[in-house]
Amino acid sequence: MKTEELLIAGFGGQGVLSMGKILAYAGVMQGKEVAWMPSYGPEMRGGTANVTVMISDAPIDSPVVTHFDTVIVLNQQSLDKFENAVKPGGRLFYDSNGLKTLPTRKDINIYHIPATEKAAELGTTKVFNIMVLGGYLKIVPVVSVEFVEQGLYKSLPERAHKLIPLNIEAFHNGASIVEVIQELQ
Amino acid sequence: MSKEIKLLKGNEAIAEAAIRCGCDAYFGYPITPQSEIIEYLAAEDPYNKRTGMLVLQAESEVAAINMVYGAACTGKKAMTSSSSPGMSLKQEGISYLAGAELPCLIVNVARGGPGLGTIQPSQADYFQTVKGGGHGDYNMIVLAPYTVQEQYDFVKLGFDLAFKYTNPVMILSDGAIGQMMEKVTLSEQLPRETPDHEWTAKGKPTNRERHYITSLYLQSEVMEQKNLQLQAKYSEIRANEVRYEEIQTEDADYLLVAYGISARIARKVVQLARAEGIKVGILRPITLWPFPSARLKELAQQVKGMLTIEMSAGQMIEDVRLAVEGAVPVKHYGRMGGIIATPTEVFINFKKLFIE
Amino acid sequence: MEIDVEQYKKDLLAQGAEVVFSKTKNLTDTPFSYCGGCGHGVAHRLIMEVIEEMGITDKTIGVAPVGCAVIAYEFWNIDAVQAAHGRASAVATGIKRTNPEKFVFAYQGDGDLAAIGTAETVHTCNRGENIAIFFINNGIYGMTGGQMAPTSLIGMPSSTAPYGRNPDMHGYPLSLTNLLAQLPGTYYITRQAVNTAANVRKCKKAIRQAFENQKLKKGVSLVEIVTNCNSGWKMTARQANKWLEENMLSQYPLGDIKVPKTDN
Repeated sequence: MKTEELLIAGFGGQGVLSMGKILAYAGVMQGKEVAWMPSYGPEMRGGTANVTVMISDAPIDSPVVTHFDTVIVLNQQSLDKFENAVKPGGRLFYDSNGLKTLPTRKDINIYHIPATEKAAELGTTKVFNIMVLGGYLKIVPVVSVEFVEQGLYKSLPERAHKLIPLNIEAFHNGASIVEVIQELQ
Repeated sequence: MSKEIKLLKGNEAIAEAAIRCGCDAYFGYPITPQSEIIEYLAAEDPYNKRTGMLVLQAESEVAAINMVYGAACTGKKAMTSSSSPGMSLKQEGISYLAGAELPCLIVNVARGGPGLGTIQPSQADYFQTVKGGGHGDYNMIVLAPYTVQEQYDFVKLGFDLAFKYTNPVMILSDGAIGQMMEKVTLSEQLPRETPDHEWTAKGKPTNRERHYITSLYLQSEVMEQKNLQLQAKYSEIRANEVRYEEIQTEDADYLLVAYGISARIARKVVQLARAEGIKVGILRPITLWPFPSARLKELAQQVKGMLTIEMSAGQMIEDVRLAVEGAVPVKHYGRMGGIIATPTEVFINFKKLFIE
Repeated sequence: MEIDVEQYKKDLLAQGAEVVFSKTKNLTDTPFSYCGGCGHGVAHRLIMEVIEEMGITDKTIGVAPVGCAVIAYEFWNIDAVQAAHGRASAVATGIKRTNPEKFVFAYQGDGDLAAIGTAETVHTCNRGENIAIFFINNGIYGMTGGQMAPTSLIGMPSSTAPYGRNPDMHGYPLSLTNLLAQLPGTYYITRQAVNTAANVRKCKKAIRQAFENQKLKKGVSLVEIVTNCNSGWKMTARQANKWLEENMLSQYPLGDIKVPKTDN
């Protein structure tokens, strides 16, 4: 597998960084090379947060890139800022909740994960980010589901381990709700 | 037995490595982007739960480095960490540590300056770190990690070198390496022990002369002798401890010289260049002092030009130019203000400077 | 004519002389080079005597300051460490925290402790480090040639306030010791002097107390020693002693400031 270069962007508090961490840990458990590079600082205090996650079979060179294989946007600012950061032929995931506009590019694959709505429906807004992760990995299986569970154990504090079954359920829910908006031939 | 692998932030790797290599004490003051070091140590609570290692939040960087000085006087493995503005405050203490020939480990997870600057990563502390920083003729051994694994590994290496040469050692990292997570293969827990070094001040028994640890030599002749002895030690370090990594230099027509996060960028630049048939290699200094000058001089006979990639206005470039003595053009590309240059951006500028 | 002191001693003993007083082994044979009348020599001697009397020389580490006592290494025959200006209590913290079984003291002047080292002093006291601090207060910077100190009295001339300390310009004499007594981290705070034989004896008791307190692990013991600096004050030793009694001691009255509550 070549390197998957992924950017996840949204509001601070949406679990963007921890979603990236769970994915990175799943990669580690599967024996892959990973890099997790956050934006940090005051901008995280209620503002936008984003994280780059790279997963590869070979050592990762630059953890900093201009364009990504996949971008997941979870708010309007992130869509505005990062739609053009998807490589031609790459993938853009979004959750339409709170979006005033939708992606417009024709040269990329576009997917919709209505995770906010589904999580609210199930009363599990806390695991919203895992639902997004489930939707993403359904389309881009860079790591196997069993390792995501191990990743959860590794990256969540022990007191949160009792919530892992709920997370797994959310993960599968995410996989079931992801919709193809546009796929290139 | 199977290797223990963990996903750690660069800052957390420093902290975990300190506990595992048997460090006796950490003294520090919070500053972004390196506060995870003291936070991780505080949460692990090694004093009560692991090795007995002391973790103390000082009232300032000035106090922290002087606490390190005190602990080092007794032969303890002591360390501190900070980021650029805090490192400026530590310079007084570092000069005293160097003058009194005390071993210790200092970590700088650098951010942009001058002044209060930015909390985003930077490599603009190169001059401060390798050219002195504090007053007087002294040098520190400076290690520059470019992966989270190296952040981890260089803690033990740093202490080993510090005690081998009774000299302060600095890990010069940056906010990017400090904040990013990568997998780290952890080492075995080493015992926390204090070997009976001959030079320590731990209380005078009746059967030896007092030990007085100082950097004060009021008589000029004695001070000069002390300086000459220090310089002899630095020469020995220059002869023995130069470390660097070469990447695809065998057939290189151009050489990138970069350390830390910039060397990661450089690796991608090499791929971009070679995809276009331009043979580019990298020399990555691992020790910024002593600097791999001799190897750069050799490579200057092979390549047509060198490009330093630094997150500064160009500081290390001076050492590269000194090393190659005008044999090839040496140019710089870098961003400031906490911006990490992307590989594409560096490659475009490389071509502008050398090819077009 | 040079006198061979060792030979002279031997000759006296051979003649049946009795030893009634000898210098503590914790002082070197180097004669004090402090100005005649200065309190540093007495303070050095008292501290070194106490360490010998308590039998803790092999467990004691001293921290020397910047100031006149920067040359303490000439005289202290114990393991010791030179600190940067003002940082003695931070250095002492580093030593004590990593060597809690040792006895650690910082020896500091007024500029060191109460000006450039104020932050280190306050926070060391606030953390309640189990160390002793000996604070030599002579109201002036002696070593660098008589500049104004944080403890200089109002109207007191110095080379940087040649027309006398003027509060409008220079602020007021700082009694950091009294401030430190407010901190829960301090256990024992006292102000002493070495200007008379009686005061020397009292001062030694206080120094002993400071070292004894370290065993209790209850925080900082600080002994301020008000002394003269006849050179800096531009006086003879005799005049300086009189001036100390008439001026310094009214600003800095002697006595215990904070004493341990007795446990019943």
